[in-house]
Order: sequence, then structure tokens, then C-alpha cells
Amino acid sequence: MSNIGSYDERIINFDWNIAEKELDYKPGDIINIGWYCSDRICEKGFGNKPALIWEGSTGIEKRYTYNELRMNSNTIGQFLRDLGIQPEDRVCLFMDKIPELYIGFLGILKMGGIAQPLFSAFGDESLFVRLDNAQTTAIITQKKHAPKVRKIMEKMPYLKHMIIVDADPAKPLLDREVAFDLEKAEKIEKFTVHPTYAESPSLLHYTSGTTGQPKGVKHVHYSLISQYLTSKWVLDLLDTDIYWCTADPGWVTGTSYGIIGAFSNGVTQCVLDAGFSADNWYRFIEKHKISMWYSAPTAIRSLMKAGEEVIKKYDLSSLRHLASVGEPLNSEAVIWSERVFGKPFLDTYWQTETGSMMITNFPGMKIKPGSMGKPFPGIIATVIDAETFEPFGVPGKIGLIAIRPGWPSMMRTYWRNEETFKKKFKNGWYLPGDRSSIDNEGYFWFVGRDDDVINTGGHLVSPFEVESALLEHPAVAESAVVAKPDFVNMEVVKAFVTLKPGFTGSKDLDLDIMNFVRKKLSPLAMPQEIEFIDSLPKTRSGKIMRRILHAKEWGEEIGDTSTLEND
Amino acid sequence: MQEIIKNYVTKEYVEDDTELTYDTPLISGGIVDSFSMVSLKRFLENKYSISIPDDKATPEAFDSVNKICVLVREYVK
Repeated sequence: MSNIGSYDERIINFDWNIAEKELDYKPGDIINIGWYCSDRICEKGFGNKPALIWEGSTGIEKRYTYNELRMNSNTIGQFLRDLGIQPEDRVCLFMDKIPELYIGFLGILKMGGIAQPLFSAFGDESLFVRLDNAQTTAIITQKKHAPKVRKIMEKMPYLKHMIIVDADPAKPLLDREVAFDLEKAEKIEKFTVHPTYAESPSLLHYTSGTTGQPKGVKHVHYSLISQYLTSKWVLDLLDTDIYWCTADPGWVTGTSYGIIGAFSNGVTQCVLDAGFSADNWYRFIEKHKISMWYSAPTAIRSLMKAGEEVIKKYDLSSLRHLASVGEPLNSEAVIWSERVFGKPFLDTYWQTETGSMMITNFPGMKIKPGSMGKPFPGIIATVIDAETFEPFGVPGKIGLIAIRPGWPSMMRTYWRNEETFKKKFKNGWYLPGDRSSIDNEGYFWFVGRDDDVINTGGHLVSPFEVESALLEHPAVAESAVVAKPDFVNMEVVKAFVTLKPGFTGSKDLDLDIMNFVRKKLSPLAMPQEIEFIDSLPKTRSGKIMRRILHAKEWGEEIGDTSTLEND
Repeated sequence: MQEIIKNYVTKEYVEDDTELTYDTPLISGGIVDSFSMVSLKRFLENKYSISIPDDKATPEAFDSVNKICVLVREYVK
């Protein structure tokens, strides 16, 4: 029997206080995610249970019990407090998937700070706009990423500290830099956790939109309630599980389910901080006897591409339950996983703003390969007409996914951008920006985004951000960026570019532009293909018609071109 | 060829003063990610006037300078 038991029974009279009771939380109590993920598990008598088993790219392994997780997060919390960091100050985590990232996250929350994890592959420009928007007080990073921070330090007078967790003692630190070695630091046994409450801010995750700068999604400590329960009911976490969430905590899955959901449920989780290879992933599952595996369609399709011979080299019989997130999981991948692993990957649908799963497939429920599943108990979701914002009420029609606001982990606002936050709501519904239909059994079927945002490998990339970066390249006159279909990543970034006089499109220029964007923004945002063209399709008012370029890439009808400039 | 590729990878993908060897794991070591592999492949194709089929450009084949050299030599005429 799974944790959720019967889905149909769970949705009747569901109340989030199920989770509150299990967590011994009552409305008005202090609630601190850092404490719930470490101290509470120890108080329940599981201090000696392994919490984190970490493996680096060279094969080095580190293990932390829940008691060590508690003391190490105390130690980081105290260090930050001693530096003068105040509650609600933003503290950025800019690291690879090393133990300090996971433990530092809890330490920040325990001292009352707002954790701001950022993907360590971000280039200096991407890093700057996010730190600048958050007016970040401190950044915790590794020496390998320090040069990117140093490059923009001058522009950030509000950034008081760059904390380097593996600083080379032989090299002098610069102004505002401080070294902190967690392993060598004296461990703090007793630490006064900051008394945060349900609505106290906990986390800022940045996400991209079609236009404008990235938005800082603000979450609060009460998000724990839905992150805990969805982990228990959808990921079906058991005390005996060895759990592997492959996501990077620079993104929301890596925090909601790679830290909060896992540790608040008291499971043992493994982290592999190494680049992808099918051999290495299967070896990791075999070695650690992973039983619950939460991954992403891009990774699953990469495994499919690697073939089945490699699977036969490893004993993967420990796998009990599989789930996926980040982008729609195609039916072929579901069928493939059932055939090769003996169980299907269950697709889960949610996003940075929702903080936890919204529409998912559940253990024990009939799986329709390719479907997103059904709303989590307590989540009222439907599909509405894009013009009237009214639910269709009949199955099969494609419209906007709409969710009734009010679940615990819903974002509270976009940081310093309340106006954009308000635009996410129409007619009493929260609109995630995706389109789908609902079949006659209540299953949701994903159709696509409702905007130009590119979903590549489960990460959202703003065409606006890439176009802006392209325009800074000395050869680029104009640019338009669209999604291009891709087997592994679902979509990749494609750029159409016109050149300034004196420049000619060539393979070398193509590579130069790719690398320019990669370093400035991130590898995800780097155009995987650049097409040099003479002019971009525009409306008579001069607006670039991305729609036409998108349709060309996807082999779709171009549609109405009556406003086209040269038509 | 080894030195050219090593220097290119160091210049484009290494963020700090890490010294690469011809056998340093690039993909599994997290120096070059799967998205950046596309630009590395493009460099090799431009530099050596070759075309590497997508199904040969695997994380395993790109995992060190030496492995990349083996792959490139397959296509250099």
C-alpha cells in the first residue's frame, strides 16, 4: 500500500491540516523549514540516521547523519549571524551540488535569512541581474565560481560578503571576501533558531518570463506543509527509502524536493555531483541501492538514447518508485521505463511559482502514458477559455491551465515586482502560463506554453534575455529567439540574427556568438543553432514576429500575416 | 591536436585556475555540461573541417581531451 492509499478517498474532505498534524504544527506556531529538516528529525530519535550521502565527480564520498546535518547547519547559521547578516537578508547560494549547498540552505533558514539559490553555471550577467534585483547581502560560493562574482562586485555595493567555502589559504582574499571551511569549523551544538512564522519569507527562486528581467519568486516557511505532503504522497517516501532527486538546488525542484521534501520526511537521500553519463547514473543507483528516483524527462530521454545494453551491466532491482518533473514526459518515455525498469516514471506538473506539485500521477492510480495526471488533493485545477477566463466544463477542449489560489507553497509575490505578480491572476484563478486539455476521466494532457518562454531540459529561458545578450555582440544588428524542437531537451534555443555592416555569417562567427551568450548568460541560454538572415519578420509597427519564426521551426501553419511589414 | 583542444577547453570552459590534463574528466567532471557540448562539438567541426554525427557526440566520447582526439581522428581525412 502506498502512502496516499486511495486517491479518490483522499480528495474527499481533504484538508492541509493533515500535514500540519503530522508535523505537530498548529496555526500561529513558529515554523522554520531549517529546523523541521534537521532538529525535528533528531528530536524524533533519528539523529543517527544517514541524511545525506554525497558523491563528487572524482568518486569522493561524504556522509552526514541527521545529527550532523543539524550541527553543520547550526554552524553555518551561526557563522552568518556572526558576520552580521540579519533576518530576511538575502543570502545567495552559488555552488555546485556540494554538501555546503544543502547544509547552507538550511543554515540560512535557521538564522532567519532568505535563501537565494542560483544555478552555478550562470554567467556573470545572469548572476548580476538576479543579485541586483534581490539586493543580496551575501553570496556563498566556491573558488571556481569566485571569478564570476569578482567581475561584477564593483557594481554591487549592497553585497557585503563573498563567502568562499574552499578558499586556497595560499591566495590572499580580496575586499569583502571571507573564507569559511565547514569541515574545519567548530561545530555548533546549540543554536537559537530564528522564530519564523508561516508567512515569514524563506526563499527566492528566479524564473524567466517572455519579457523583462527574471522574476524573483518569493516563498515562505509555510510552504513546508505542501512540500512535505506531496513528497510523502506522490514520491511515496518511506522511512526505508534511499532517495535520489537529480535536480540542482539552483532550481526549484532541487530545493522543494531535493532538500525540503526529503529532509522533512526524514529519508536518506543521495546526491551525485557529476556530469551526466548513463553508465555513471546506473552505477550510482546500484551502489547506493536507490529506491525512489525523481528525475527529469531530459535525463530520461538521454538514458533512452544511451540504449539498453548499458542497463544490463547494473543491478537496478532496488528501484521501487520513479517520478519525473520539468517538462511533459512523453508517452514513449513512460512506456520505455516500464519495460526496462519494470515501473513507469510518473509525471508531475508544477513550477517555481507553485512551490510544490499541482497535477500529478499518483502511486496506485491508473497511468495514462503522456498524461500529466490529476490535481493533488486540495488543489482545484481546471482548464479555462483564454478569452473569457471561464472553465470549459466539458472534456477535450484546449485552454489555459488554471489553479484556484490558496495552497501552502504558492508564491507570495514576485520580489519587487507586485505588478507582474497580479497579472498572473484572472477571474480568481492563478494561471501558470501553460495550455492543456482534460479528458473525460479528469486526466490533464499538456499542450504547450501560452507564451514565448522556451522550456529547455526543464528550465525556462526567456527569449528576451537571450536577444538582449545577442545584441551586445559586436556583429549582431538584430535578433529573434525561438524554441526549436529537440528529442532530448524537448526544446532548445534557436537564434535568428541579422548582422551589422562589415560582418558576414560564418561558422567561426556562429561559434563566437554561441560562446558569447553562454558565458554571459548560461549554457542553457546559449543558442544551439544560429541562422543568419537578411531581415527579421516584423509588423508594420516594427515589432519582431517571433510567431512566424517559431511556426517555421515547428513545421506549423504560419497563420495570419496581415500585419507583416513586407506582406 | 591534444594541445589545441586542451587549450581551447581551458580557455572556454574552465572558470578558475584548474590545470587540465589530457585525461581530466570533462563531462563527468562537470567542466563541460551537456548544453556546452554543442559549442565544443562546433569548435571541433570548424577547426578540423569535419562533421561529427550527433549520435557519436556522446558524453562518454567527449569526456577527456584524449577521448575527443580519438573521436576527431575518426573523421579527419
